[in-house]
Amino acid sequence: MSLLEVGNVTKRFGSLVAVDDVSMTVEPGELRAVIGPNGAGKTTFFNLISGFTTPDSGSIVFGGEDITRLLPARRVWRGMVRTFQITEVFPELTVYENLQISVEIASGFGLRIRLKAGDVAKVRARTAELLDMGGLGPKAHRLVGELSHGDQRATEIMMALAMRPRLLLLDEPTAGMGEQETYDTTLLIRKLHRDQKLSIVLIEHDMRVVFHLADRIMVLAEGKTLAEGTPKEIAADETVQAAYLGKALA
Amino acid sequence: MRTRSQKIVAAVLIWCVLLSMPLWINQVGGYTQLGTRVLVMALAAMALNFLLGFTGVLSFGHAAYFGLGVYGTGLIIKYVVSSTFAGMAVGVLTAVVAAAMIGYLIVHLRGIYFAMVTIAFGQVFYFIAYRWNGVTGGDDGLSGWNRLPIDFGVGRLDILHSPVTFYYFVLFFFAVGVGLMAMLLRSPFGRTLLAIRENERRTRFLGVVVERHIWLSWVISCTFVGLAGALYALLNNFADPHDLRWDQSGEFVIMAVLGGMRSFWGPLVGAAIFVVLQDYVSTMTENWMSFIGMFFVLVVLFFPRGVLGVFRRRIAT
Repeated sequence: MSLLEVGNVTKRFGSLVAVDDVSMTVEPGELRAVIGPNGAGKTTFFNLISGFTTPDSGSIVFGGEDITRLLPARRVWRGMVRTFQITEVFPELTVYENLQISVEIASGFGLRIRLKAGDVAKVRARTAELLDMGGLGPKAHRLVGELSHGDQRATEIMMALAMRPRLLLLDEPTAGMGEQETYDTTLLIRKLHRDQKLSIVLIEHDMRVVFHLADRIMVLAEGKTLAEGTPKEIAADETVQAAYLGKALA
Repeated sequence: MRTRSQKIVAAVLIWCVLLSMPLWINQVGGYTQLGTRVLVMALAAMALNFLLGFTGVLSFGHAAYFGLGVYGTGLIIKYVVSSTFAGMAVGVLTAVVAAAMIGYLIVHLRGIYFAMVTIAFGQVFYFIAYRWNGVTGGDDGLSGWNRLPIDFGVGRLDILHSPVTFYYFVLFFFAVGVGLMAMLLRSPFGRTLLAIRENERRTRFLGVVVERHIWLSWVISCTFVGLAGALYALLNNFADPHDLRWDQSGEFVIMAVLGGMRSFWGPLVGAAIFVVLQDYVSTMTENWMSFIGMFFVLVVLFFPRGVLGVFRRRIAT
């Protein structure tokens, strides 16, 4: 069974058709990239999957369950977690606190007034594990707002991972980053995909990141699917080259 | 970030000052009732700050729940039963029930819309108290009653005639309220409230039903504001419709911002400055509020994190 099946979704904003009859299937363990020029409808498509907006028509099935109209918070508890183009963290708290809060919420402790000693230990261990996985250990007690863009992004990805997602949605994970940060973030995503067997869908602008990481790529243009295939197939596709890659690589 | 030991030292210092206040307040030109007033206002401002500083939600209508505490207490003692505790219990309960119902209607609003609607609901209660002459005394307020000594069977607590005994009576409830709020803020529930303050969208996308947490924070905040109101009624032996009005809500916000809304004890400092300044300046001029206003503007311009915020930064650097 596929993990995620998006079937013929359409979303209009007034007379603008932002997403026009788009379908996509993601298999467990797959890393899928969605690319396209500005205004291609990538972010809207992403918002439809994560429940930020609902489609005018079409369906979204996750793990065999129709979630087309499910609230974002409920999608999270079914294992679908996202990050944002503009990093969304808790800036005035430390990295440790950011992850600790995420782990507590993920463990269902969000309404608890007291934790048993055993639960405190579990939260502590899981937080340490996430700090380690994200390479954030040395910065654990710095305020997130003071960190570099790359470290903030790593914190956000680790917060998402605290939820133990079955599918991680990354919205332009390297947006606005320099060379080194882009490289580090790409490595982190690849590590999560390989080591944790995590299924990931990501939107990306940076072609090198996409061709480096993705198992399969979907190209959107003007709200429609232009092409879909492996990085090799996409690189060789003439319509894609004409519409997007030619311009981007020129 | 302050270290744990610095926080403990600060807390010990504050409790020492509060516990010893009746011993020295007369020597520095104050009087016991002034200290009691600081405690009551501080409890209200700290309760407001539970919502403002630690959940990130601004209410401009907290006087409504303060005033319900005031009137609930006064009306019960005047008309129903001559018992200080019964009055307080009904006062607080009235505030909680009103907050729970109104909160349910408004928790989906954000920012300025939330603040405006809290003012609107607050004014409803103000006009009821102002107009319903027969019961509430209208514009003249509710008088003709007073707090009563408390009999424990084994001993008697004369909070009516001894201002010092009443001070410690209020300090007891202040300690309970403040202690409970501190405990809540240190729990996973409290940390989730911080998360909402920091970034509501991220918190929502961690699977938190943000509205439920904001509602709980609102009700907790209003509960302790209601308790402060009940104590305020006992302090004055009087209920004033102005206790319910929007400018009283504004005063709570000013106290919290003045002292520093990012720190737990900030509103206590803000309330102390506000109440003492009000007491001194109002003996000299009718326009005491404009002096408070000027002081407030200076603090906001030069110490945007409040008076305690300055100390925190000093310690950090």
